[in-house]
Amino acid sequence: MARELSKQDLLELYRQMVLIRRFEEKSAELYAEGKIGGFLHLYIGEEAIAVGASKALGEHDHLFTAYRDHGWAIARGLDPRRVMAELLGKATGVSGGKGGSMHLASAEHRYWGGHAIVGGHLPLATGVGLAVRYNAEPDAVLCVLGEGTTNIGYFHESINLAAVWKLPVVFLVENNQYGMGTEVGRASAVSHIFQKGCAYDIAHRQVNGQNVLEMYEAVDEALAHARRDGPYLLEAVTYRYSGHSMGDPERYRSKAEIEEWRERDPIQRLGDALIAGGTADAAGLDQVRQAVEVELAEIVTFAEESPEPADAALWEHIYVNPIPDRQEVTTWHA
Amino acid sequence: MARITFREAISQALREEMYRDERVFIMGEEIGTWGGAYAVTRGFLDEFGEKRVRDTPIAEGVIAGAAAGAAIAGLRPVAEIMTINFAFLAMDQIVNHAAKLHYMFNGQIRCPLVIRTVGGGGRQLGATHSQTPDVVFAHFPGLKVVAPGTPADAKGLLKSAIRDDDPVFFIEHATLYQTRGEVPDDEDFLAPIGVSDIKRAGVDATIVSYSKMLQVSLQAADKLAEEGIEVEVVDLRTLRPLDTRPIVESVRKTNRLVVVEEGWRAYGIGAEIASRVTELAFDHLDAPVRRVAQAEVPLPYNRRLEQMALPQVEDVIRAVKDVMYLNP
Repeated sequence: MARELSKQDLLELYRQMVLIRRFEEKSAELYAEGKIGGFLHLYIGEEAIAVGASKALGEHDHLFTAYRDHGWAIARGLDPRRVMAELLGKATGVSGGKGGSMHLASAEHRYWGGHAIVGGHLPLATGVGLAVRYNAEPDAVLCVLGEGTTNIGYFHESINLAAVWKLPVVFLVENNQYGMGTEVGRASAVSHIFQKGCAYDIAHRQVNGQNVLEMYEAVDEALAHARRDGPYLLEAVTYRYSGHSMGDPERYRSKAEIEEWRERDPIQRLGDALIAGGTADAAGLDQVRQAVEVELAEIVTFAEESPEPADAALWEHIYVNPIPDRQEVTTWHA
Repeated sequence: MARITFREAISQALREEMYRDERVFIMGEEIGTWGGAYAVTRGFLDEFGEKRVRDTPIAEGVIAGAAAGAAIAGLRPVAEIMTINFAFLAMDQIVNHAAKLHYMFNGQIRCPLVIRTVGGGGRQLGATHSQTPDVVFAHFPGLKVVAPGTPADAKGLLKSAIRDDDPVFFIEHATLYQTRGEVPDDEDFLAPIGVSDIKRAGVDATIVSYSKMLQVSLQAADKLAEEGIEVEVVDLRTLRPLDTRPIVESVRKTNRLVVVEEGWRAYGIGAEIASRVTELAFDHLDAPVRRVAQAEVPLPYNRRLEQMALPQVEDVIRAVKDVMYLNP
């Protein structure tokens, strides 16, 4: 059973969700200003999943995500200033400015990335699960993926191996209804993704991804199962309000559909519940939101004022053990 | 020193490293109960148990990827991909993930992974089972690619690869397993990754080669010696990082260069080396660089046709005589 959350815990969940949403809205602005390059995938609408799930993660548990990863990084406890600095490609970024929006990581937090090849991180997460079992450690691995990933070969290969070896991996599917612009029913023979767990005879269930408390409890239960008995397939049903990435023309869905989901907004929902349950009042939540605005300003200032990576960074970390240069043209780091 | 086969050398390296370091384990298709498709790991399951000798499903993507993940978490996996042709099914894990994790996450993640695989043609296995696409894997910064041509190097380089903190793609040629050679008994004998080696000294022309084609080149060198032609044979041993210096030094001495590889000529290792030598030793060349390589066809099953497509000792001899202007 999940631990009962204190008033302080609940307010912290609310704060994190507000911070992630405002962080994402600010990122969109900075992208429009040309300060963030490449692709930018926003997490707006899905905040309850990362925040609820991260609350259930133990300090030594491992985390892998796909490329819609800003919310996960912040919820896992990475310094949001350094997350924003990474988006701006700065030396102070969590990946030194060499990863970008899709490749956030922090070894210290056992957050092993931020992976941008759809499905590519599932085998890696399975391998970390193998190491956990190999070393007889009590930890679990949370591997987060989109519903589109459940149609790729790696999904099958990884869950099958995790099941054969009973590895402590929770495969958490964020089903936000669309793989880029393709609706789940047009891409997957099974629209209720959690049912795919039947194929591997592993524990599986669906959870409301717009409810942070349900997310917390479901992930807590899944992690406990994984530690004890092996892999678990958890489907969180959710929705992203923004396009797949910046510049998405959104021809594949209606405004009405987006509005319908906004009525189930996870932040609004928790706020209402906190007020209804007497945990907070409107003024208290307003205070939280104002504090987030102050923090957000600091985040942006830190990122904007941080230095660019040095030129030398281009050649750093290609190898842990570089080969002594035996070539006469030293620019050939081949 | 003991005279052992290439297969025994690989096997010894694995066994010694598994005894030396508890974090080292092996995983792959048929490596346990079966003993390895090429019998390299025969007896390992009994010796080390199921925890460290892990039979996997036929699923190359997750074999490479789970090994990479275990490496991220601090283990020292040696994954076997049964043949290099199947490594294409694991290509994404090898080049998009293992090779990039350390750089992309700014040094936070290490991936001390070894992928052993078996390459090469000449056994009548048809087009999909006979490839030598070594150069494809050597294209990617972040990966180290090793391909030994002698039993001693096989043992010494595999031990180095297992001790290395970077992902190493280790290619064993299928027709070299029975090759015998002197191998040091010393458990700490290592051969360095990223260092080319002179396997035969000579003054008249330089042959650069590696893996199976090293043996073909050495045979050609023996025959040429009977005619009074002394070629120097440089063994690359590592395809990335590529050690150019011994090649350039040799060409400065011999002024003539032949590159022998089993893979296709186009965009190949010969192309890379010829261009480096052109950049670094152009004034020392007395003849155009010659490349001996596989015919640009998918390898056929028929024995005679297959051998026609693969580089032979006679092809190497002819190329050396070409660069010496000795052919009529």
